[in-house]
Amino acid sequence: MKLTGSQILLESLGREGVDLVFGYPGGAVINIYDDLFSSPIEHILTRHEQAAVHAADAYARSTGKVGVVIATSGPGATNTVTGIATAYMDSIPMVVITGQVPTPLIGNDAFQEADICGITRPCTKHNYLVKDIRDLARTVKEAFYIARTGRPGPVLIDLPKDVQVSTCDFVYPDSVELRGYKPTYAGNVRQIEKAAQMILQARRPVLYVGGGINLSAANSELLTLAEQTRMPVATTLMAMSAFPQQHPLALGMLGMHGAYCANMSVTECDLLIAIGARFDDRVTGRIDSFAEKARVIHVDIDPTSIKKNVSVDLPIVGDLKDVLAKLNASLTVKGAEVDELIEATTAWRETIDGWKKKHPMTYRSSKSVIKPQFVIEKLRELSADDAIITTEVGQHQMWTAQFFKFTQPRTFLTSGGLGTMGFGLPAALGAQAAFPERQVIDISGDGSFQMNSQELATLMQYQLPVKIAILNNNFLGMVRQWQQMFFEKRYSQTCLGLPIDFVKLAQAYGATGLRATRNDEVEGVIREAFATPGPVLMEFKISREENVLPMVPAGKAIHEMVLAS
Amino acid sequence: MKHTISVLVENEFGVLSRVSGLFSGRGFNIESLSVAPTLDPDTSRMTIVTTGDDRILEQITKQLNKLISTIKVVDFTAKDFIARELALIKVSTEAETRAEALRIVDIFRAKVIDVTPKTYTIEITGAPAKINGIIELLRPMGIKEIVRSGPVVIGRGAKGVAG
Repeated sequence: MKLTGSQILLESLGREGVDLVFGYPGGAVINIYDDLFSSPIEHILTRHEQAAVHAADAYARSTGKVGVVIATSGPGATNTVTGIATAYMDSIPMVVITGQVPTPLIGNDAFQEADICGITRPCTKHNYLVKDIRDLARTVKEAFYIARTGRPGPVLIDLPKDVQVSTCDFVYPDSVELRGYKPTYAGNVRQIEKAAQMILQARRPVLYVGGGINLSAANSELLTLAEQTRMPVATTLMAMSAFPQQHPLALGMLGMHGAYCANMSVTECDLLIAIGARFDDRVTGRIDSFAEKARVIHVDIDPTSIKKNVSVDLPIVGDLKDVLAKLNASLTVKGAEVDELIEATTAWRETIDGWKKKHPMTYRSSKSVIKPQFVIEKLRELSADDAIITTEVGQHQMWTAQFFKFTQPRTFLTSGGLGTMGFGLPAALGAQAAFPERQVIDISGDGSFQMNSQELATLMQYQLPVKIAILNNNFLGMVRQWQQMFFEKRYSQTCLGLPIDFVKLAQAYGATGLRATRNDEVEGVIREAFATPGPVLMEFKISREENVLPMVPAGKAIHEMVLAS
Repeated sequence: MKHTISVLVENEFGVLSRVSGLFSGRGFNIESLSVAPTLDPDTSRMTIVTTGDDRILEQITKQLNKLISTIKVVDFTAKDFIARELALIKVSTEAETRAEALRIVDIFRAKVIDVTPKTYTIEITGAPAKINGIIELLRPMGIKEIVRSGPVVIGRGAKGVAG
């Protein structure tokens, strides 16, 4: 049977199991939207293409499935770029479909033409311009395969308008044959055996785990490894929900705003086992003194992550789930030696407990003004265990990572690598669309929130009951903090001037708005918000010049933390 | 250190910019790059000359391998290989230097492929060092224009890189 290009596209999406897409229509995708009108695939109309991409990204982060976006050519396509780059940096599986001007017009500076393949080449895992309808079904198949396999990432398909309306027989391929793309899943058994030996010889081992744990769904394997060896676990921002943070072996976040015990443990360890992490500069601080006493094992599915920033004693390329399962099996048969290891590392755990007691993650509480950390503790206390938390980027993001004790996988969705302000609200809508029954909370700052606040309209249109907590200090707080600490308090362009009435803003969209200005109002506002159906915006007027601490100043080693203002 | 890398890629839309963009985006050097289809019209072979220490070269080869369009990457540096480059050189020739120019062409087994009353255009192929050699000798006469292809390389011996 002959189908049009747009029909082939939607049929192919169906074959890939897609039941929900995020997008925004326009001239170059009008045919796709016409077919979508009668398609079983649901569509959520955001108010900006960037938000559609963040929503699809969060849909992928929370479900593990591939997020899908449709946007039109030109400005529609360029508006997706920040979202795509965000997903690329955090290795999120996503397929973005953009309309393009008809093939004969490509390169002619046609109306709403942009070379989106050229623009997104450095921020996609791969991209395609489909010039021949006969390539379309295979391209969609490949795009989904590339997006979800290996180290996941976004793939863009640019589809010219004339290809959408031309016709051809629809045959969806059963398999993908890409001679240049063969990810390594099975970890090398000999290397894994060496890793087991290195662990058994270690006296001060630390696990340093990243977002790869969630991507590989290796959470239980990680827990087994940590528990059977009693090795402590330091987590990156991307992995805060990958290991239960109330666990006695949890060290919390490491790096620039990491916990004292996490940074000290990494500095003093004799074996660092990096798993699905990439030695980002926000984690390592001054690179030459990062874990300088340690031998390093690095497990990652992407060979380019290994030895990119630090030298590694034992590299293992493979899927974390496979590698950790094999490593656990290898350690299980060495029961007596593992017992010796646990015995021999008792002192190390005591040292770490000493650091935990000496400088716990804490803040100076107040009876009058609202401390942002207190709001986050209350949100944790009053929300469900499986609540999904999204954030924007800045101080509130770090406080959330520090004080919200995540217990379940894929419950913390945040822009780690790119650090995209404006991520949290559209991310919350994407996660809520994926899980209509679960609690979804966007913890936000007043600066970030205004970067995509138009998505309140989307929440209302689809009645997505996202709860928004704005920690309002009327500052671009993180930059202000740097200006305070390193630029003699010259607050250049970080004060947001006239305060916004966020309650009225919520009401303008028909949402519920609540405000707390005193400490004793916080709990009541949160309870009321959680009890109110539909979208609710909570505005917390927090202490304005609160800082995120500890902090490792740029260029310093991670044990050189500033602990108090 | 200088490295010569062969990259077998899918002969498709945008593949050159994927490779060159990778180098510029990650701050790697490209000293020269040549590309043409192989026996298989779906495959192209690039020869890239780049510089960097071992760590950078390891990243370059890994990053090249990571591209979906890349089929195979071979760093020839530690291998026994033959490099050949083509250069076309337009050199000014006055009456008194024409004979000397021809002698140089002869010594280097080059060819004069275009002649005007005031210029010779010389074609030379060889290892990059040989091309550097003739350039040095011709330079005093006045080189008006020079085009170099960048080297292409092939391994010595019976074994071949398929594609």
